[in-house]
Amino acid sequence: MAVCIAVIAKENYPLYIRSTPTENELKFHYMVHTSLDVVDEKISAMGKALVDQRELYLGLLYPTEDYKVYDYVTNSKVKFVMVVDSSNTALRDNEIRSMFRKLHNSYTDVMCNPFYNPGDRIQSRAFDNMVTSMMIQVC
Amino acid sequence: MEVAAGGGCGAGPPLLLSESEQQCYSELFARCAGAASGSPGPGPPEATRVAPGTATAAAGPVADLFRASQLPPETLHQITELCGAKRVGYFGPTQFYVALKLIAAAQSGLPVRTESIKCELPLPRFVMSKSDAEIRFGNPAELHGKKVQIPYLTTEKNSLKRMDDEDKQQETPSPTMSPLASPPSSPPHYQRVSLSHGYSKLRSGTEQMQPASYETRQPIGQPEGSSSEGPGSKPLRRQASLIRSFSVERELQDNSINYPDEPWRITEEQREYYVNQFRSLQPDPNSFISGSVAKNFFTKSKLSIPELSYIWELSDADCDGALTLPEFCAAFHLIVARKNGYPLPEGLPPTLQPEYLQAAFPKSKWECAIFDSYSESMPANQQPCDLNRMETSVKDMADFPVPTQDATTGDDKQALKSTVTEPLPKDLSEDTATSKDYNSLKARPRSRSYSSTSIEETMKRGEDPPTPPPRPQKTHSRASSLDLNKVFQPSVPATNSGLLPPPPALPPRPCQTQSEPVTEADLHPQLNRAPSQAAESSPAKKDAPHAQPPSKPIRRKFRTENQTTESQEPAAAVGGAASAAVVKPHPTVQKQSSKQKKAIQTAIRKNKEANAVLARLNSELQQQLKEVHQERIALENQLEQLRPVTVL
Repeated sequence: MAVCIAVIAKENYPLYIRSTPTENELKFHYMVHTSLDVVDEKISAMGKALVDQRELYLGLLYPTEDYKVYDYVTNSKVKFVMVVDSSNTALRDNEIRSMFRKLHNSYTDVMCNPFYNPGDRIQSRAFDNMVTSMMIQVC
Repeated sequence: MEVAAGGGCGAGPPLLLSESEQQCYSELFARCAGAASGSPGPGPPEATRVAPGTATAAAGPVADLFRASQLPPETLHQITELCGAKRVGYFGPTQFYVALKLIAAAQSGLPVRTESIKCELPLPRFVMSKSDAEIRFGNPAELHGKKVQIPYLTTEKNSLKRMDDEDKQQETPSPTMSPLASPPSSPPHYQRVSLSHGYSKLRSGTEQMQPASYETRQPIGQPEGSSSEGPGSKPLRRQASLIRSFSVERELQDNSINYPDEPWRITEEQREYYVNQFRSLQPDPNSFISGSVAKNFFTKSKLSIPELSYIWELSDADCDGALTLPEFCAAFHLIVARKNGYPLPEGLPPTLQPEYLQAAFPKSKWECAIFDSYSESMPANQQPCDLNRMETSVKDMADFPVPTQDATTGDDKQALKSTVTEPLPKDLSEDTATSKDYNSLKARPRSRSYSSTSIEETMKRGEDPPTPPPRPQKTHSRASSLDLNKVFQPSVPATNSGLLPPPPALPPRPCQTQSEPVTEADLHPQLNRAPSQAAESSPAKKDAPHAQPPSKPIRRKFRTENQTTESQEPAAAVGGAASAAVVKPHPTVQKQSSKQKKAIQTAIRKNKEANAVLARLNSELQQQLKEVHQERIALENQLEQLRPVTVL
C-alpha cells in the first residue's frame, strides 16, 4: 500500500517520484515536500549518529486519508520517502524497514551503473520494477 | 464473423485494406487455415499462448507467423490482444487481418493500437509496400525457390528501398549477408540486421514452409509444412531467408530448444569478437572491466546514455559496477542488437545470462578458443585479417570507431606476436614439460604466449619422439644406477661399495651413481650409438675414469674421443692395470645371475679398454710433466743468470 515512493537527493530535489496511478500525484508530491522539513528537523536534532535507518513517522497528515509518511536517510543524505495508506492493516515496523532496505539496495545498484551520474533522475528500469512491485505488494 | 465485435479493429481494416493487402492477407489466412481446419491458429489456447511468443514454441502457424515477424513478444502479445484475444481466442479472418495489419504497423514503428489500423493514411504505404513484397513472396514457388531477403522492415529509412532491392535477391546472397557478426558483404542491407542466431527462430517458422531442410530446432510441431506458407507476410519472409541461409550454415546447433530468443544468441564469431574486444580492454579474461573503462568503450557506440545505462543494467547481473567476460559479451551483444534496431528486451534474455554464457562457453574454452584461433593465425597475417574482417563487419553493423579499435587490436596483436616470439625459445626449451603444462598454460592468463605454446606444443610433440631417448637416459644415468641396482641385487651395491671407494671402481650399477656427473658427456656418444648397450657400458666406462681421480675433465674429453673409436675394441687389449680392479668385483659378480654376469663381463671389458686408454694417457701426461719440469728448470737458470744484472 505504499501509495507513493520518492527518492530525494541531498539537495532536496527529487531524483525519483512514483505514485500509484489512481491518486493525484500532485498531492503526494506536496506531502513528500512537506515531509522534508520534518526530516531536516530530525537530522539537526539528532546531531550525530544518524547514520542508520531512521524512520520518520508522521502519523496522520490528513485525517481523512489516513496517510503515513515514512522516511529513510542514507549516509549520503539521500532520502527515501514512502507514503503509505494506512487504511489497510497497519504495516509493521519491520515491513517498512525491509522495504526501505530493498529501496536502498536498488538505489546502490543504480549507483553502480557507470552511466548513471549521481544527481540525475533515476531512470533505471530495474529500479522502477522494484518500486512497482513494492507498491503493488504493499497494496 | 464478429465484424461488429471487430469493432474498432474489425470494421476498420477490411474497409481499409487495399486490394493487394486483401489478396495477401487472404492468402496468408488461407494458408494458415489450410493447416488447421477453419481458422488459423489451430489451438486457440496455443495461439494466445504463443502470441507472447516466447517460452512455448508451440503451435499454430499463426504463432509462427507472428513470431517470424520478429517483433518482440510483448508487441505480439499486444497485437493478439487487440485483434483476437479479446474475443473468442482464436484467429478468425478478421482477427487475422487485424493482426497482420498490426504487425505491419509495429514493424513500421507505429504503436500497436487499434488507431494505427484505422489511420490508413500513413499506413498504407508501408503495408502496401510490404504487401507487395508479400505478394511476391506469396508465390510458393518464390518462397521455395529463393529466400528473398527482405530485411526486416522497420523504421529504418532504407527499408523501402531495400525491399525493392532485396526482393530480387537470391538466396545465395543471404549467406554473405549473414547477419551480425560478419555482415560484411551487405552493409546496405543491414541497417536492420537481424542477429544471425535470431533467425533460427524464423527459420523454424519458415522451415516448415520450406521443404528446404534446415533442421530447425524444432519443427515446433508444425506438421503443416506447406500450408504455413503463411509468412507470406513480408516481415516473416525476409527474415526467413536470411535466417535460413545463415542459420543453416552456422547456428544449427544454436537452435537449442530451450531458448527461443534467437536474436539474443551469440554466435561463435561474435563471441570471438567480443572476447577480443574484452581483451583489448583488459588482458586478463578472468578479471573484469571496471565501470569507467566500460563506459568509455560503450560510449563509442554512440548509443544514448539512457540506453547504455539500461544495457548496463541488464548485463551487469551482479551489479558490482564491473563487467566480467560473460557480462561484457552480453552487454556488447545488446549494444550490437540495439544498433541494428532491435528493441532492448525487458529482461536479460536467457541466452545472454552469464551462467548460460559461461556454460556454453566456459572460460577455459574461451581461452582455448582464443588459443586455437591465435595458434591458427600465428602467421601473424591471419589474425589481423580476421579481426579486421570482423571489425569491418561490426563497423557495418555498429558505428564503432573501427580505426581506433583496429589500432587497439592491432597493438594487441603485435603485443601478442611479440609475446609469442619471446616465449618461443623458452617453449622450445621446455620440451616435455610443456606437454604437461599445455593445459595449465591454457588456463593461465594472457601474459604468456598461448599461441606460441600451442604451436610450440605441436612442434615439440613432433620433436619429442626423437629427443627423449638421450635425455631420459642422461637423467637416467642417475636413475639408471638405481634401476640397475634394483635389477641386480641390493647386496651387490653394498659389497661393491665396500670393494671400491665411492666415486670409482664400483661395479657397474653403483658406479653409475657416482660416475654419472662425470660421465654424462661420455654417455652421449655411447647412448647415441647403442642406448641399451650404452646403459650397460656407460657404467663400466664410468668406472674407468673414476679409477683415476685426477683430471677427470681432461679424461672425459679424451675419452669421448677415444671411446667412440675404441669402444669397439675388444676388452682384451686392456692391460692388467684394470684387471685387479676388475678381479675384485668378480667374486661378487659370480653371485649374480648369468645375465648379470654377462652384463658385468661386457662392462668389465669396457672398463679394461678404458683402463688401457687411461694408462696411455697417463704415461703421455707424465712425459709432458717431465718436459715441463725441464723447461721450468731452464727458465729458472736463466732467471738466476739475469738476476744479478737486475739486482745491480
